[in-house]
Amino acid sequence: MGMTITEKILAAHAGREEVHPGMLINARVDIALGHDVTAPIAIEEFRKAGGRKVFDRRKVVLVADHFTPNKDIKSAQQVKIMRDFAREHRLDHYYEGGKAGICHVLLPEQGIALPGDLIVGADSHTCTYGALGAFATGVGSTDLAAAMLTGELWFRTPESMKIVLTGKPPKWVSGKDIILYIIGRIGVDGAAYRAMEFTGAAVAELSMADRLAMANMVVEAGAKNGIFAPDAVTEDYVKYRAERDYLGWASDPDARYASVLEIDVSEIEPQVAFPHLPSNVKGLSKVGSIKIDQVFIGSCTNGRLEDLRLAAGLLRGREVAPFVRLIVIPATPEIYRTAMAEGLFDIFLDAGAVISPPTCGACLGGHMGVLADGERAVATTNRNFVGRMGHPGSEVYLANPAVAAASAILGRIAGPDELKGVHKL
Amino acid sequence: MKLSGKVWKFGDHVNTDLIIPARYINSSDPDFLAAHCMEDADPDFAKKVRPGDIIVAGDNFGCGSSREHAPIALKAAGIAAVVARSFARIFYRSAFNTGLPIFEASTLYEAVREGDEIEVDAERGLIVTRGRDPQRFAIEPIPPFMRELIAAGGLMAYLKRRS
Repeated sequence: MGMTITEKILAAHAGREEVHPGMLINARVDIALGHDVTAPIAIEEFRKAGGRKVFDRRKVVLVADHFTPNKDIKSAQQVKIMRDFAREHRLDHYYEGGKAGICHVLLPEQGIALPGDLIVGADSHTCTYGALGAFATGVGSTDLAAAMLTGELWFRTPESMKIVLTGKPPKWVSGKDIILYIIGRIGVDGAAYRAMEFTGAAVAELSMADRLAMANMVVEAGAKNGIFAPDAVTEDYVKYRAERDYLGWASDPDARYASVLEIDVSEIEPQVAFPHLPSNVKGLSKVGSIKIDQVFIGSCTNGRLEDLRLAAGLLRGREVAPFVRLIVIPATPEIYRTAMAEGLFDIFLDAGAVISPPTCGACLGGHMGVLADGERAVATTNRNFVGRMGHPGSEVYLANPAVAAASAILGRIAGPDELKGVHKL
Repeated sequence: MKLSGKVWKFGDHVNTDLIIPARYINSSDPDFLAAHCMEDADPDFAKKVRPGDIIVAGDNFGCGSSREHAPIALKAAGIAAVVARSFARIFYRSAFNTGLPIFEASTLYEAVREGDEIEVDAERGLIVTRGRDPQRFAIEPIPPFMRELIAAGGLMAYLKRRS
């Protein structure tokens, strides 16, 4: 019987010919990832188990990205635990300060996460790497500790859900809108415990940035992983970045799926997820007039160069509305530098935006843009739970970077077409 | 393993930002986390909760971020168990890994009110409501190795004890 791409990667890492949904397997991991929030607990658990040595110092990746640059003494203590551990175990991949970016943008960019890999990370958005054709899933700190120690972890082979994308996306519709639309259709547990496999003719037209944004958010539908089979777009993205060999897997034609969802992306308009669930989605035309206090463009969902270019294209020669704050956070040092070299920083600064160094901070109400009671933000992020970006009385609306930029200019949730003389950069 | 305690009720999709807001996860100290547990749902929860109390919730409990601070905060706040219609997968693993017993029960949610007393028998796979008209709900029993893991205080302590 045929296997899906997810099943094939799991089988290969479990040393088996075949796996099927429901099968419990012990599998080898290629990358074990932690960050400044989750790694300190994993390190404590690692020591509790009597751990003296990590399984492979090239494969344990630690990134200081959440409350960094260290926002207070508590955060500084957490990062210190991680830094000391990285030094003690001579880890190849430890990132902090000017080397650090948001982990889920940094690892694909630096060629650390690769097609065919099995990646676990103590962060729910580890599923992002599925865009490259890897099996990647979020785990807790204790699971990370076990993976750092043994290089293996147990998994239940997930059932797969096939998402067939057809049609050509209209202008201003990006990967972010497609995934928000899907989450709106199936709900925040609509893909619980499953693999979401994206296929169909429309996939070839999706850029790597679009795919990364989509795979990033599968966890908001409860999925274990999201995955795109590697193709020419993947190869273009990966070939000059890869730090080691990689493998492209594809699903068999007779692979079995628990369900199939067909979506014509030409019928989707830009999507906005209303508070307080990512599934609370409306098409932009049905949003109405909603005044806002802050716009945040960044995060592991939409903090890539393509996102910043899109926003800058709309912000060029325009200004942020009075009493609205626009925060732009390039996700990695490479994106930061390129955006600066391309002149995007001038556009953002002229528009009245503030530009932060790479950090997850604003997305989770950690630092760099915390909301007050009653405030509303449009964010290009992935979660809009109660209190996600600050005060429990604040509200977060999720959208793509073009909608975010237009909203910043108009001071209310708005689409780019509402701006006069809009042009793409 | 029998647990008996007072019920705290929460709805569907109780996410990890609600269980322990991100603004507090710059620390991993269990007592600090416990003091802010469920704060955005009920600011006085940490003060009102008593050791042995049980959370009863709807679908998809623990969705959202992978922060293990969530089960750690619940456990340190004194929560003896969480019974939900369903759990998000990362939380499901992390709860057992940190020694917090959790159970899936499809119909308990409608049958209990906040403040009711319930008894969970993890060995026999049974939840019984206390009071005038006790009701019984079948749950999946926790197998012996998982009970040992919980008794040890989590996966790593369990592994160390066995090695």
